[in-house]
Amino acid sequence: MATRARKQLTLDARGVYYRQLNERIRQAASQGVSRFVLNNVNGQRYIATGLVGDLVFDIHGVPGQDMAAFMCGPLIRVSGNAQDGVGNTMDGGKVVIDGIAGDVIGYAMRGGRIYVRGDVGYRVGIHMKAYMDNVPVIVVGGKSGDFLGEYMAGGIILLLGMFSDKRCSPITGRSMGTGMHGGVIYVRGEVPEEQLGPGLHAQPVGADDLRTIRGIVKDYARELKLDGEDILSGGFMKVRPFSHRPYGNLYVPA
Amino acid sequence: MKAAHRDFDFQKDISGCGIFGVIHKKRGLLPGEMPIRAMACMHDRGNGLGAGYAAYGIYPEFADKYAFHLMCDDEAGVDAAEQLLRRFFDVAESEPIPTRRVPAVRKPPVVWRYFVSPKKDRPAGYRSLDELDYVVSVVMRINTRVPGAFVFSSGKNMGAFKGVGFPEDIAEFYRLEEYSAFIWTGHNRFPTNTPGWWGGAHPFTLLDWSIVHNGEISSYGINRRYLCENDYECTLMTDTEVVAYLLDLLIRKHGLSKQMAAKVFAPPFWDEIERMPKAEAEAMRALRITYGSAMLNGPFAILVADNSGLFGLNDRIKLRPLLVAEKDDMVFMSSEESAVREVCPELDRVWMPKAGEPVIVNLEA
Repeated sequence: MATRARKQLTLDARGVYYRQLNERIRQAASQGVSRFVLNNVNGQRYIATGLVGDLVFDIHGVPGQDMAAFMCGPLIRVSGNAQDGVGNTMDGGKVVIDGIAGDVIGYAMRGGRIYVRGDVGYRVGIHMKAYMDNVPVIVVGGKSGDFLGEYMAGGIILLLGMFSDKRCSPITGRSMGTGMHGGVIYVRGEVPEEQLGPGLHAQPVGADDLRTIRGIVKDYARELKLDGEDILSGGFMKVRPFSHRPYGNLYVPA
Repeated sequence: MKAAHRDFDFQKDISGCGIFGVIHKKRGLLPGEMPIRAMACMHDRGNGLGAGYAAYGIYPEFADKYAFHLMCDDEAGVDAAEQLLRRFFDVAESEPIPTRRVPAVRKPPVVWRYFVSPKKDRPAGYRSLDELDYVVSVVMRINTRVPGAFVFSSGKNMGAFKGVGFPEDIAEFYRLEEYSAFIWTGHNRFPTNTPGWWGGAHPFTLLDWSIVHNGEISSYGINRRYLCENDYECTLMTDTEVVAYLLDLLIRKHGLSKQMAAKVFAPPFWDEIERMPKAEAEAMRALRITYGSAMLNGPFAILVADNSGLFGLNDRIKLRPLLVAEKDDMVFMSSEESAVREVCPELDRVWMPKAGEPVIVNLEA
């Protein structure tokens, strides 16, 4: 794909209201533009939200809330930090954030990938789910706040704890994985047991896990120009649910 | 408030309040344009039913006087409030707060300001109070006894400016760009449980305390009753009012530090207390036991300012966003990073503080 010449549009987003910006993007996409360079983005909401297909976005600045919500397909690169709600219920595609990101990243995400270089806020990857080949992945290069992967039902979260300026904080906040009943959270290094949700325990990773981690890290390192071997040189632990669909029989008994 | 007439095609506004604060640690004066632009960047976090600002260092020519900002339904309200004020204070200056007519700001109240100092010969029943308690009691008296008149700030060398409108409209109404301050806070309101009226806009203040808040205080009932026992009466029909008075009670009256007050508002969980070193655990236990009625339940991100500095605090499970950024001698606190970048594109450091952990920035002496 990268070799095909793309029809490109560069937009200066300074002072442009989010509705106008997103209308312009949608209109251009419908006319065959597939590469967007957005300069001076600052707080505009819903960028690439609901967009479907093979589109590429280079975002310079700080995109606003709910970037890439319901998105299916596009690749977004953010040169700086992102705010809250990135990839809300995202369906497919990839978001690469070369900075920190806010709260509720990848909420109820059901496909695609979100890579964050630095720290993330609270409630990242909550309600993530997977179905057959649709396995969403979130990689956090820094540390996370509380409730990482809460109510997770599928997908993969990889928490590295490496690229953080919070030297004194634990790698993850409280209540990690609380209520999870699907998917897996991989953590580089040790998992502080007191930060895990009730009933959860960290377990050593197996050969299959390592293969999965290696594949994800390779792509993550390539996208963010990081040293993949360095990332892989640390040990990994995993947190998995202890129940599967605990309420499956609640309304329709098997 | 009227319900929407055409609820069948009503478009839901997805939003939450927006807050912004900035402090210049060396008391460098920052133009009003800075908080105005930052708040305008977060326009969509509010819905036009409330906005406001607090500014510190704006009245240097009256720095030793209490600056009373009053909003009144009509001239009669101003007269009644002024009559009461003059019984308790010597008034050095009295004038309308400068405003301009703004189409978006409909039916504003009459806003007036007084620079006052307590009378030498105080009314009977008020002689034993220390000066600050005396000022607080007059604020409470006006708010509860003078119909249609409310004090919306009462500190020295600071002032609140607030009303019903979007932040940029309220700023235009109060001609905020004409002020410069070393601490600014701003608020954009999306009222949920309480009316969007002039008195209910943020900031809420008492003496030189001011607070802007995104969230809701579910413990309002308990907090309000606790305050009532301590002679603070809530009259503004909005949950955030309790925080302004709790700050005065805990920090000024009871001598708690800002750090400790923050732990009263957002106490650590019991299991966290159990893992603390013994002395710290005992202190936290004592705070929770003593000040259970001052704990703030519910989601909040708050910015608190007074003449010593600015601090930001989240509820202990961070149900509202808060970001802190530094640039040279300035520290910013905001719901969104974009609001900070709007007024200061290059930043030295940006981070999101831990839930329940206050970020306290004091002015340098």
